[in-house]
Amino acid sequence: MDHREESPMEDLLLPGHAACAGCSAPTAVKLTLEVLGRRTVVVVPACCMAVIQGLYPKTCFSVPLVNIAFEAAAACASGIEAALKRKGERANVLVVAGDGGTFDIGIQSLSGMIERGHKVIYMCYDNEAYMNTGIQRSGATPWGAWTTTTPVGKRREFKKEPKKDLAGIIAAHNPSYLATATIAFPLDLKRKVEKARDSEGPAFIHVLAPCPTGWRYPPEKTFEISKLAVETGIFPLYEFENGKFRITYKPKERKPVEEYLKLQGRFRHLTKEEIEKIQKMVDETWERIEKMEDKSD
Amino acid sequence: MYKVITGNAAAAYAAKLCRVDVVAAYPITPQTTIVEYIAEFLANGEMDCEYIRVESEHSAMTACIGASLAGARTFTATSSHGLALMHEMLHWATYSRLPIVMAVANRTLGPPWNIWADLQDAISQRDTGWIQFYAKNNQEVLDTIIQAYRLSENERVMLPSMVSLEAFVLSHTSEPVDIPDQEKVDEFLPQYNPPFMVIDFENPKTIGNIALPEETAKHRKYIMKAMENASSMIKEISKEFQEKFGRYHGDLLEEYELEDSETVIVSMGTIASTAEDAVNLLREKGEKVGLLRIRVFRPFPERDIKKKLEDKEKIIVIDRNCSWGIGGALYTEVRHSLYPGGPEVVGFLAGIGGVDVTPSDIMKMYEKAKKEKGGSFWYGP
Repeated sequence: MDHREESPMEDLLLPGHAACAGCSAPTAVKLTLEVLGRRTVVVVPACCMAVIQGLYPKTCFSVPLVNIAFEAAAACASGIEAALKRKGERANVLVVAGDGGTFDIGIQSLSGMIERGHKVIYMCYDNEAYMNTGIQRSGATPWGAWTTTTPVGKRREFKKEPKKDLAGIIAAHNPSYLATATIAFPLDLKRKVEKARDSEGPAFIHVLAPCPTGWRYPPEKTFEISKLAVETGIFPLYEFENGKFRITYKPKERKPVEEYLKLQGRFRHLTKEEIEKIQKMVDETWERIEKMEDKSD
Repeated sequence: MYKVITGNAAAAYAAKLCRVDVVAAYPITPQTTIVEYIAEFLANGEMDCEYIRVESEHSAMTACIGASLAGARTFTATSSHGLALMHEMLHWATYSRLPIVMAVANRTLGPPWNIWADLQDAISQRDTGWIQFYAKNNQEVLDTIIQAYRLSENERVMLPSMVSLEAFVLSHTSEPVDIPDQEKVDEFLPQYNPPFMVIDFENPKTIGNIALPEETAKHRKYIMKAMENASSMIKEISKEFQEKFGRYHGDLLEEYELEDSETVIVSMGTIASTAEDAVNLLREKGEKVGLLRIRVFRPFPERDIKKKLEDKEKIIVIDRNCSWGIGGALYTEVRHSLYPGGPEVVGFLAGIGGVDVTPSDIMKMYEKAKKEKGGSFWYGP
């Protein structure tokens, strides 16, 4: 199906939003709404998107949008979906949540929503820390990253725990659809949103969302970093559909992780050995996910 | 049709009669049988709604908020720790102006683990902007839930309501309850028609985004106004309910042997019901005592209390809750309502943690109060 025929291509995310320059989250949302169209309710918990949408009485969303408490987006979406079903109304219910509201404080309600099978598209734009409160580490922050709560000083501290495998946790719930995406592969992202929209039950899309403010890089590098995250294998693009796992983009040759890391101030302190450790972690992840891949078709 | 049913069954029948669209609930003793009855009604085809078996009370309230924003009539029920877990979302429901109705089977908060009756759970949610009813019997539980939807969904109110029934004393005790005809309830409570649709694809709106202090203050001022409106609406709705169904449980207050009394016992919930017996026994002994039951704790019937109590000699307030460091929540509110002047007010903290309060206990409090000029006292173990 050609998405350009299906999508209205209307700009449902209006200009003048309040995101930082170079923020990748509005682009992900804009692409998503191009696929989903006007009959979409957006649910936003506490996260950058709560600020990006703009100050009352204005908003940059041209679809109904409900703000809800930090840990509660998936439960709110469950209620909206149930009410629309009750009223016989057909519409998409889309959650747009950050990594804090998804990996950490909101994981319980997200687990409940998927387990109950609500037809909701849950999109996590993952900027790998609590960016809205000012760059504090979350369960999504990668190993080795500087944040304001894992600072690097004379004793050298940085985040010492690897990023939580949220997609693995979600996959264990056996949702109707699960995918990873980045704005550097917009057609891939939109195709995945289409699949999420057309799936029968809950769908989860994990979007890596580079953040110039928190990752410490110049705003114009967002696209390049998004692309490098995939090309280095740090953020593999895959989908999990009807019990089948498939890598949707395989770099011909994975670039060294250093190319991705060196652009970002949050990794500036890392030694050669530490970078090698990250490389090893990425290599191991690829070894693992390539084994997971279903090659039956 | 009369049935001998528990308070929890009465709450479930009420939800069914109100034709709720969405129920989201999580089990907790002693509320659990409410949501079990609803599940049975659904399984038997006696009721038709979306039923979300959520993974926590926080999500129960949040799912009700989502469903209510989408224009559904929503219902949930909880107790104690469940209500405490909802706290954040109770504020959210009020500030979103959603007419959610919830039954609360009042139970002691732990530790120690304790499943018995205590109003601490609901009283702790006093300032969340929910309208609070406290029932004295199972019939009142059923009737009040019906009234609560009428009230909450009124466009001059648009605030959520909780209907409290004490653990076991009502929740698991069977009493004869008149279950009204569906047609009559339908006439009294028409389909929910939200005055303002958030989820409107033709005219999309954003709700709850960041607002500056001035805008937020204005929004909160309307809630104060809505609470005032609720006060007068409760009176109208109680009268209208009486005309339609022939039952009156009071409006914000219910009085008993009040008119010629010199001393008045003030309480809520089932202690107020037990106090009717104590008043009868005391009157047999020639004591001029009456009773004022506070049926609605929020909005608080401040002016009505002053009018009814300012000329009395002594007021005895019995609280099954405690505002630590001062005394019972009702005691402080009643004293405040009578200021300046007014009679002496003696407060008792009784029945805390589910301790039984009998007519003879209330008579003992009455005797003790005779000797006191005011203040708050612990009664019982």
